[in-house]
Amino acid sequence: MKSIIQVERLRRDFKVGSEVVRALKGISFAINEGEFTSIMGASGSGKSTLLNILGCLDAPTSGEYYIDGVAVSALSVNDLSVIRNRKIGFVFQSYNLLARTSALENVELPLLYNHTVSGRERRERAEHALEQVGLQNRRGHTPNQLSGGQQQRVAIARALVNDPVIVLADEATGNLDTRTSYEIMSLFQELNAKGKTIAFVTHELDIANFTSRTVCLRDGHIVKDEPARPLSAKAALEALPPGDDI
Amino acid sequence: MNFLNLLKIAYRALLRNKTRALLTMLGVIIGIASVIAMVSIGQSSSKSINDQISSMGTNLIMVMRSWQRQGGVNVGSGNVQTMTARDVDAIRENCRHISMVSPVVNASGQIVFGVNNWPGNIRGGNAEYMAINKFEVTSGTNFTEDDVRNSAKVCLIGATVVNNIFPDGENPVGKIIRFGKIPLKVIGVLKGKGQNQMGQDQDDVVIAPYTTVQKRVLAINYLHMIMASATSEQVAMEATAEVESAMRIYHRQGATDDFQVRTQQEMLNMMNSVTGFLTALLAAIASISLVVGGIGIMNIMYVTVTERTREIGLRMAIGAKNRDILRQFLFESTILSLIGGVIGIFLGLALSYVASWILSWPFMVSGTSISVSFLVCAATGVFFGWYPARRAASLDPINALRYE
Repeated sequence: MKSIIQVERLRRDFKVGSEVVRALKGISFAINEGEFTSIMGASGSGKSTLLNILGCLDAPTSGEYYIDGVAVSALSVNDLSVIRNRKIGFVFQSYNLLARTSALENVELPLLYNHTVSGRERRERAEHALEQVGLQNRRGHTPNQLSGGQQQRVAIARALVNDPVIVLADEATGNLDTRTSYEIMSLFQELNAKGKTIAFVTHELDIANFTSRTVCLRDGHIVKDEPARPLSAKAALEALPPGDDI
Repeated sequence: MNFLNLLKIAYRALLRNKTRALLTMLGVIIGIASVIAMVSIGQSSSKSINDQISSMGTNLIMVMRSWQRQGGVNVGSGNVQTMTARDVDAIRENCRHISMVSPVVNASGQIVFGVNNWPGNIRGGNAEYMAINKFEVTSGTNFTEDDVRNSAKVCLIGATVVNNIFPDGENPVGKIIRFGKIPLKVIGVLKGKGQNQMGQDQDDVVIAPYTTVQKRVLAINYLHMIMASATSEQVAMEATAEVESAMRIYHRQGATDDFQVRTQQEMLNMMNSVTGFLTALLAAIASISLVVGGIGIMNIMYVTVTERTREIGLRMAIGAKNRDILRQFLFESTILSLIGGVIGIFLGLALSYVASWILSWPFMVSGTSISVSFLVCAATGVFFGWYPARRAASLDPINALRYE
């Protein structure tokens, strides 16, 4: 199976004053195409640092990182921007949608930075992405006209619009209630079933249970990396007591 | 990222904060409007002064007698008797840039009609004298070349003279007045010209053929002065040179000239340098407000960058390059200042139009000041937008995404 992400002996040191903080102490792992991986760990475990490096927002102090076969360590700042634009879809905890901008335009945003995409194609792809998250009827709504779950769906559509090799989600359910969290996880499971590779950073075990592989970090090391049989988010959603938070 | 997308992003960002954008623009609007208005008003005033001087004859060229030395003694210019009618003919024949030329002799004396009298001046000229000095005849007629040839006892009188010797409102035309002992028939009345820029009353005048003044009043055969008119203001300098060389035909070569040629252009140049300086000063003061407007833009752009730190982080995360962010914010500040500039240009034009209407000056629009303002606006936007945009572009996407 093709590996989308491959990291080898990844280290990341931060200088805080005169001290050196070792956030990642040489970790190696790979994520294969079609995997739905959760990266777990308590705060300070290094999972955010890892995610930043995986997302090409940060560079490792040492070690190798390949995304879709490209060696990231050798790339310039501008090339990293292109990698982020073409190969990665980000989903954030706080959605990060542009205020007073319609859902469709928010979804179009990554394609605005890709000059190979024409205006018409941009629009078509954005509409398709909104369809995939079930918001085709909300394309003209601005974020303040959407619920939290809907906003996160728009954000997921934005992450899908450039057809990335991997979707990186950072605590994507952290701001949502249980029911909506399950709905979002159900959407991720659907996307994964269609073949999307997803890496999901979380510190909540019940969210990690919906993924097919769990990588646990502690103090900059991988302490656990094992495949799991994912629970169905849809089933969990149906099992919730009805009407408790609608 | 292409130009159109950038424009779209900047435009949308501005629309999101309409009131703020408008208030920010206000600085530039006021700056540009005041520059445009000040320059335009300055030019209007300069034009109006120009017109006033022109109305007295800007293309006027005067040949005066110059002082002379006789045996080492400076005898002044009053005794110079070398300027005669043949100099007038020489100028008429040899100067391409002279349209009209007239001999001038002056005399003063008492003007009498019936029981009224008035101390006045008589000026002798030829038929072109009136046109050269921009005198107009309101009633009656000008004298003719025949009158000049015959030393006819005719005259035209100015409004001040009319008021003083015809106090009852009689029509002076056809009446015989006396200038000293010489009876002269009034054949016309001059239209009032008011005071000249020296404060002299230009209507206190009697005009007669120069031959009449020479032979009948003064009994001389020389001239006091020659007045000529250049074909246009632009050629006044060339005309002056031509007149000088024409004058030298009958005057001593080589040694000091016994005449000097003066033009109104000198006066005009002085006035123009004064108004030009004032216009520049006003524009300089006004441009200070433009700088203040630019600082307003800079300030707001800093606020915008801080406020939109997360947006910047997001844009970087989804693939915006540093230069995309830089350009986005530069575009925003430039659009802001350009729109402000365009509004300012129209406001400035409106202001100067109103000002020129109130002051009844000619309304002058300078294409240069408009295009310069426009360029200055663009430059203001880029200059004052640069540092905020630089700051936005140099943000670290990780920190920017976490910014609260």
